[in-house]
Amino acid sequence: MTGERLLLSGDDAVALAALHAGVRLGTGYPGTPSTEILETFDQLGGHAQWSPNEKVALEVGLGSAFAGARTIVTMKHVGLNVAADPLFTAAYTDLVGGLIVVSADDPGMASSQNEQDNRHYARAAALPMLEPTDSQQAYDFTWLGFEISERWKIPVILRLTTRVCHAKTVVRPRPALQTPPEPGFRRDVPARVMIPAYAKPAHLRLRQKLAEITAWNETEGPHQLTAGDARLGIVATGIAAVHAREAAPEASQLTVGLTYPLPLERIRAFAEGVERLVVIEEGDPVLVESLRAAGIPAEGKPEMYRFGELNVARVRRILASDTSPEAVPPKGKPPELCQGCSHRGVFETLRDLNCIVSGDIGCYTLGVLPPFSAMDTCVCMGASIGVGLGMRHVLPEEQARRVVSVIGDSTFVHSGITGLAEMVYNPPPTGHVVLILDNGTTAMTGQQEHPGTGRLLDHSPTGKISFEALAESMGVQNVHVVDSQKIETLRELVIDLLARNETSLVVTRQPCVLAAPKIRFYEKANAEQRATETCAADVVD
Amino acid sequence: MKVKNIVIAGLGGQGVLKASDILADAAFRAGFDVKKSELHGMSQRGGSVSSDVRYGECVLSPMVPPGEADVLVVLEPTQVEINRPTLRADGILIGPDAIAPDALKNKKSLNVALLGAISTVLDIPDEHWMAAMHANLAEKLHALNEQAFEIGRDAARARS
Ligand SMILES: Cc1ncc(C[n+]2csc(CCOP(=O)(O)OP(=O)(O)O)c2C)c(N)n1
Ligand code: SF4
Repeated sequence: MTGERLLLSGDDAVALAALHAGVRLGTGYPGTPSTEILETFDQLGGHAQWSPNEKVALEVGLGSAFAGARTIVTMKHVGLNVAADPLFTAAYTDLVGGLIVVSADDPGMASSQNEQDNRHYARAAALPMLEPTDSQQAYDFTWLGFEISERWKIPVILRLTTRVCHAKTVVRPRPALQTPPEPGFRRDVPARVMIPAYAKPAHLRLRQKLAEITAWNETEGPHQLTAGDARLGIVATGIAAVHAREAAPEASQLTVGLTYPLPLERIRAFAEGVERLVVIEEGDPVLVESLRAAGIPAEGKPEMYRFGELNVARVRRILASDTSPEAVPPKGKPPELCQGCSHRGVFETLRDLNCIVSGDIGCYTLGVLPPFSAMDTCVCMGASIGVGLGMRHVLPEEQARRVVSVIGDSTFVHSGITGLAEMVYNPPPTGHVVLILDNGTTAMTGQQEHPGTGRLLDHSPTGKISFEALAESMGVQNVHVVDSQKIETLRELVIDLLARNETSLVVTRQPCVLAAPKIRFYEKANAEQRATETCAADVVD
Repeated sequence: MKVKNIVIAGLGGQGVLKASDILADAAFRAGFDVKKSELHGMSQRGGSVSSDVRYGECVLSPMVPPGEADVLVVLEPTQVEINRPTLRADGILIGPDAIAPDALKNKKSLNVALLGAISTVLDIPDEHWMAAMHANLAEKLHALNEQAFEIGRDAARARS
């Protein structure tokens, strides 16, 4: 696949670069717009795995990097919140194999619950951050990320945004690495055991690494200088840089690629050569504030452009200091639960029973919209159980009794299990009712497998977690499984459980209608595979 | 050469993204710089979808700026008005009515038929359209879609 010219999405470009750069393990949890990276890496022949959540994915990735393997860990922006605990201390350790953590941010919230700007994480965790503008750079920066990571034994964050992830642009790949480093264990206790005695010098080491990376970034960093009219200078990062080039082709522009730690002297020199310096960045004023803190006089964007994605038209307005109201684009048709979706009956039931529904994230969040209008809270993955319990603890009894937590199967594995532990440990006086909407897939992000499906990322068979057995072993008082299509049974069961002062878990089960044919196909293929293996075993016996 | 801007719009499940993949690939095969962009995510649940394809000597932003589309292709009548602001004042609008209602054997190939229609106003040689279609569609769909492409192209030629 080298020497050619390819048309690739940013996600696919990262996957191809990971393959070419000799990555031995890719881990992650699905999340738009990052999901395709691991799927493509698998299709290209790489070893890719879905973890139960992003924290576990990063921990597995860290172990792999300690063991000397090049490793990539992928997630959407909010996934990094979940993985933040290992991230901040991984920064103190010395890695052997290169480790790239991909954070795919979603400015404009095309498919997310917030538009947090993960550039803050680079500074907070003290980790280098690379920000590509297109698929070619996504490819090149993946390679570069491994080089930086191995040279300074530090994890590197590759920050993508929705448009970089999903836009297809032309990529010219380079030859694949012929001999990626061989994994092997070498003991190095002070570099990897973060007790205070070792963590204190480790923090000093981390700051030293950053100082060296800064010096390297000043002279050799991956920045692009476009010479132009000295009256207007633009400093830009990520996708905003190409919008800026189009909006102001005559301007001088410095596009910064390694955005933390910043090459401040290089930017200062650029600033000195132009009359007006404007920073064009999507999201929070991260870059402009860093420049100002360093005494570089820079103009930022008016507050209204913090919200949503930038585009060429908005960059033109920023450059013209135009704060007049923007034209509101016409509203399209909102998505809705598919016809025949197994979530439909559940929300009809909860609506008809006038439940207070503590909701969660997945396709089923669409239960908030008419005709169901049956969801009252939705914050982050897994929150449904804790939030439902909190309400139950303090609401007057008549209301407390109507609270139900609703969570999807993938979301339950991701971060609902600890919520269940909370329910068993701190049961509210009225008890509680949790519904797992088990449609046998992670439907929201395009039907990925998870530990409750019994199939791996590539759909081959593996161990399977039984939610009902898990809940029973944890001590949940009532555990039931119902067919989501049997609305009457479900309705009667929920009425019964709401009336008890006990803890209850109901698994409503029926595959996602879009995934069902594929699930049948995988199961058939896996059964045939097992049959041939058994026959082979018989022969040997 | 000036960058050509095409926007394809419709509802989730209509093959908007497939059509823009084919168009982008055809332009790419013809040797142009190409960028294609859209928002994925919720589209499979039947909501509005639109996809931007830009090609030329050097494309910068992957998104077609509002009011700068040279060609707007819409697969669903209800989606015409909400996408119209993307079109240049003298841009070309190709709606689902560009193809006679019963001209297609399979309604699902409307996306490719409309590509046939826009092929008459874009400077991409036929061979690249065919190669892109073959590369982006399962083999058993090739014949059906080649036919749809021709129907769309002939319909557009008959009108102009
Ligand atoms: C921390 C975090 N990681 C990933 C996501 C993206 N995401 C949202 S919901 C979801 C899973 C949905 O699957 P499931 O719970 O099975 O519900 P379904 O969509 O199948 O109804 C994912 C991966 C997210 N919002 N937050
Ligand atoms: S994709 Fe599956 S889970 Fe999502 S709305 Fe459609 S049927 Fe329901």
